[in-house]
Amino acid sequence: MVNLTLYTVKAVVMLDSEGGRVLAKYFGQDYASAKDQKAFEKGLYDKTKRSPHGEIILFDNQVVLYRFHEDVFFYIVGMPEENEAMLLVILNAFSDAVSMLLRHQISKRVILENLDLVVLALDETIDEGIVLETDPSAIVARVSKPRENLSDVPLSEQTLIQAYQTAKEKFGTALLK
Amino acid sequence: MMSYSKRDEDSGRIGYQHYFDKTTILQEARVFNESPINARKCRALLTKILYLISQGETFGTTEATELFFSVTKLFQSKDSALRQMVYLVIKELSTVAEDVIMVTSSLMKDMQPTSEVMYRANAIRVLRKITDASMLQGLERFLKAAIVDKNAKVSSAALVSSYHLYGIAREVVKRWANEAQEAINAKPQSAVSAATSYVSSFGNVPATYTAVSNSNIVQYHALGLLYAIRQKDRMAVSKLVQNYAAKSGMSGSVLRSPFAQCLLVRYACKVMEEDPSSTRAVYDLLEGWLRHKSEMVNLEAAKAICEIKDATVKELFPAVTTLQNFLSSGKPSIKFAAIRALNKLAMTQPAAVAPCNIDMENMITDQNRSISTFAITTLLKTGNEASVERLMKQISGFMSEITDESKVLVVEAVGSLCIKFPAKHHVMLSFLSGALRDDGGYDFKRAVVEAIFNFVKYIPESKEAALSHLCEIIEDCEYSKLSVKILHLLGVEGPKCPQPTKYIRYIYNRVILENAVVRGAAVSALAKFGVNVEDEAVKKSVKVLLSRCLDDADDEVRDRATMYLNVIKSGDEQGYVRDDSTYALAYLERQLLNYVSNPELADTPFDLSAVPKISRQDEQERGAQDLGITQSLGARTSTPPQSGSASNGSGARPAVSTTPSLDQQAAYAQQLAEIREFASFGPLFKSTAKPVELTESETEYVVSCVKHVFAHHVVFQFNIKNTLNDSVLEDVNVLMTPDNDEVSLVERVLIPAPQLVYDVPGVAYVAYERTVLEEYPECTFTNELKFIVKDCDPQTGEPDEEGFEDDYQVEEVSLAIADFVLPSYIPSFTRAWEELGQDFEVVETLALTTSPGLQEACRDLIALLGMQALDNTGTVQGSNVHTMTLSGIFIGGIRVLARCRMTYDSATGVTLQLAIRSASEEVSLVMIGAIA
Repeated sequence: MVNLTLYTVKAVVMLDSEGGRVLAKYFGQDYASAKDQKAFEKGLYDKTKRSPHGEIILFDNQVVLYRFHEDVFFYIVGMPEENEAMLLVILNAFSDAVSMLLRHQISKRVILENLDLVVLALDETIDEGIVLETDPSAIVARVSKPRENLSDVPLSEQTLIQAYQTAKEKFGTALLK
Repeated sequence: MMSYSKRDEDSGRIGYQHYFDKTTILQEARVFNESPINARKCRALLTKILYLISQGETFGTTEATELFFSVTKLFQSKDSALRQMVYLVIKELSTVAEDVIMVTSSLMKDMQPTSEVMYRANAIRVLRKITDASMLQGLERFLKAAIVDKNAKVSSAALVSSYHLYGIAREVVKRWANEAQEAINAKPQSAVSAATSYVSSFGNVPATYTAVSNSNIVQYHALGLLYAIRQKDRMAVSKLVQNYAAKSGMSGSVLRSPFAQCLLVRYACKVMEEDPSSTRAVYDLLEGWLRHKSEMVNLEAAKAICEIKDATVKELFPAVTTLQNFLSSGKPSIKFAAIRALNKLAMTQPAAVAPCNIDMENMITDQNRSISTFAITTLLKTGNEASVERLMKQISGFMSEITDESKVLVVEAVGSLCIKFPAKHHVMLSFLSGALRDDGGYDFKRAVVEAIFNFVKYIPESKEAALSHLCEIIEDCEYSKLSVKILHLLGVEGPKCPQPTKYIRYIYNRVILENAVVRGAAVSALAKFGVNVEDEAVKKSVKVLLSRCLDDADDEVRDRATMYLNVIKSGDEQGYVRDDSTYALAYLERQLLNYVSNPELADTPFDLSAVPKISRQDEQERGAQDLGITQSLGARTSTPPQSGSASNGSGARPAVSTTPSLDQQAAYAQQLAEIREFASFGPLFKSTAKPVELTESETEYVVSCVKHVFAHHVVFQFNIKNTLNDSVLEDVNVLMTPDNDEVSLVERVLIPAPQLVYDVPGVAYVAYERTVLEEYPECTFTNELKFIVKDCDPQTGEPDEEGFEDDYQVEEVSLAIADFVLPSYIPSFTRAWEELGQDFEVVETLALTTSPGLQEACRDLIALLGMQALDNTGTVQGSNVHTMTLSGIFIGGIRVLARCRMTYDSATGVTLQLAIRSASEEVSLVMIGAIA
């Protein structure tokens, strides 16, 4: 069946080196229950752990593209008849964007420490199964970073400008009260 | 500059899975109410919520609603980094929480053109998630403006959201086609204008990351939406393809996005599928796409060419060359894509794929097991006999490493190979039985068993070996379904083998060791040995074994054993064990339903003789179709087995099969049952198998007719399609005029088709009653459509107020004797023929001047009599003499048999001696009248 719709991706999954879920987002009804998802992930991990650089596999009647970084697997699950080159572009977009956001140090620990960036990157790459953007730099640019909370930093480490900003903010709040 | 990853412990860090749980999160949610808002802390907590959800944690409705509304408080914060996270959490919670529609106004505010790009784009996507069809009217203006926004991110967000909304609010989204079109044609955004993006406000983003996208993906979204809106309008889709495909050849192509180009390829194929006359033009387009600079477009086009039905090797060549180049790609995914496409093509066109054999040989040892599996299965299809053994050995090496899907592929390839290279059957069989020892799910085991069944069916010299492999399988099979299948086959094939006793041991073991389902199957299989093996010693031991089953714990097993023992003792084996017919189950079900729902019939017993029978083979083939394996079945039969066992294979199908028409009839019966006027007609006896075309397929109105015969009534169903998109027909009646005034038919019911809009078929009915039941009228009707035609707008389908009356002549339809006869299968013609006896036999000798040969004569006779050809006699076996035997049920449930003895002489043509037997002289005479 040729896919005439824009719905291309069924799921994005990240698993650690023991097959545990780091992050997962499923779209559509194919893996609706948590049980189905777990079973799918377990099987997928079993079949890919031995060839972490295989990149592509036909599993459970889905085309799955994957990439292994340090100790994390990134998986993109597509429709069975989907154009593999399209899925590859999507995998690259997401994987490269995450890599840039994490300063090229992808590991489970870094991902969990910066999970806000990763979930936003995912949200900016795929919207309910439709690919939203394939240019990794554009995805990175769309992910906002939290503002450094200046009041938490000791005054001695603040630059003059920062000190000024803090003062302005404090003054502003005081006025509003 | 502070390093971003060095965030402090208490607020920023996301720990491992058990670092926090739902309860803590719900408690911490107080932080959302604090003033002033601590943006960092809140964002960290929101991230934790998302993490919990992603780990499979679920929130109850109350919990989710409370959380949802405390999160919405954060809309007060001006911090865009916090806002982006708020959007995401709102989306996640909106599926569980209640009254989410309350945030609409906040989101509307963020959608304003004056807001930051990130606010606008994300607010649109969130709003899409919480809105419903009724609210959409109010948002229409914003969304339309956002679709054509010069910022690609806003435009994409609006387009994708509209696409999601199309499912719930078709009518509203339809109006946005112009905007979508404009979005496709928009010029790419220049890098300079994007410099104002919100990203620049954070110091730690390297300057090289710009918000502007080089992917042009917005065109993909816009094209997808435009197609969704236009997909029902074939002309518009065809125009869409022409429009953008024509320009894509040049360097300044409008569609810069390769994703969009891929969509266009798919739409082009859809156009070709619906309008075969465009095949040539579309093929040229596809060939052009093979040279596109993006490999995803090349791949899409190559796959599309491989899918073209009846493409020649020459036409396939450019696509195969493209795929061949991909085989040596450095990217595993591209290699995989190419080999998968070639593997699929090799199923139907192995010759076209053969030029890639050398490349595929190199891939056998590929690191990626999916790729190597595809390479080997493809080579099995394209290669020669000599390479089979080597390939089998290669693949046995890594069967245990590949997924079940791949294993099934391999096994199916081997199964179909047995027909191609029967001499290699021993290698393949041992491979299959070896494969069975691997772990694997039901689908895999079933594939292996089916493959071994193929050997039994098509290669007589491998039969014994295959059967003993099957015996081994049931010794240790965890799937009862498979055991039952195998036991059945052993029962059918075992008695024909030279040493039937060796199978009996295996079968009886099942009776001792297995569950009730398998035991039952084993008892049935044993009985077949008792009946079909001539050796008295065997018969005797089977009887002993069966009598041991009389004490079985399960009712069904005991009953079967008792029945079979009696059958063997009484010697009436024909009717029970050897009977290869079965009732047409769909028809039987319908008759039973009618019987049960009709209180008047309660006093009379159910008349089983009126239910047509079909052969087991038909039943099996239908079962195969249900399982969706017709394709592989077709592939097998298309290669004629050289072993001379053709008569056992599917080639033995009767020339005219009743099965499809009976299924179709069940569908008709259901339709008719819903019409009140026909309720009193009783159960449907017969519907014509194929609608009779009453017009050419290119005319303004396309009409076909189906005849439904009831006990006393005949209903003509006219399927009418209006092919003019600028008119609507109303109150469409069919005026039928019989050519013979004396005919005993009276028009009873006339049901017009109320309205016929463009391209949507409608139905009109005319019902006649047979006033003289002993007459079976043969008559031809002239038909005329009468209707009111109204002009309408092709775009909206809105008809004008005023219309005018018009009529339209269509071709004739006739009622014949065959319409009163239901084809029905019987297992033994001779026996049934003798049983009916000569009491009401009618014999006549005729010269068939209209039929040029014996085969044509058979076909014509089957059509004229409306009966079922038996024992493969519908196909003439060469000589100048042929006897065809036919069976059917005449209306009222009277069995009719016909024996047609034919001779052919080049001077005089076909001479026929037709003998009809039935339980009624009148029926026999009527039947013979159908020919004379």
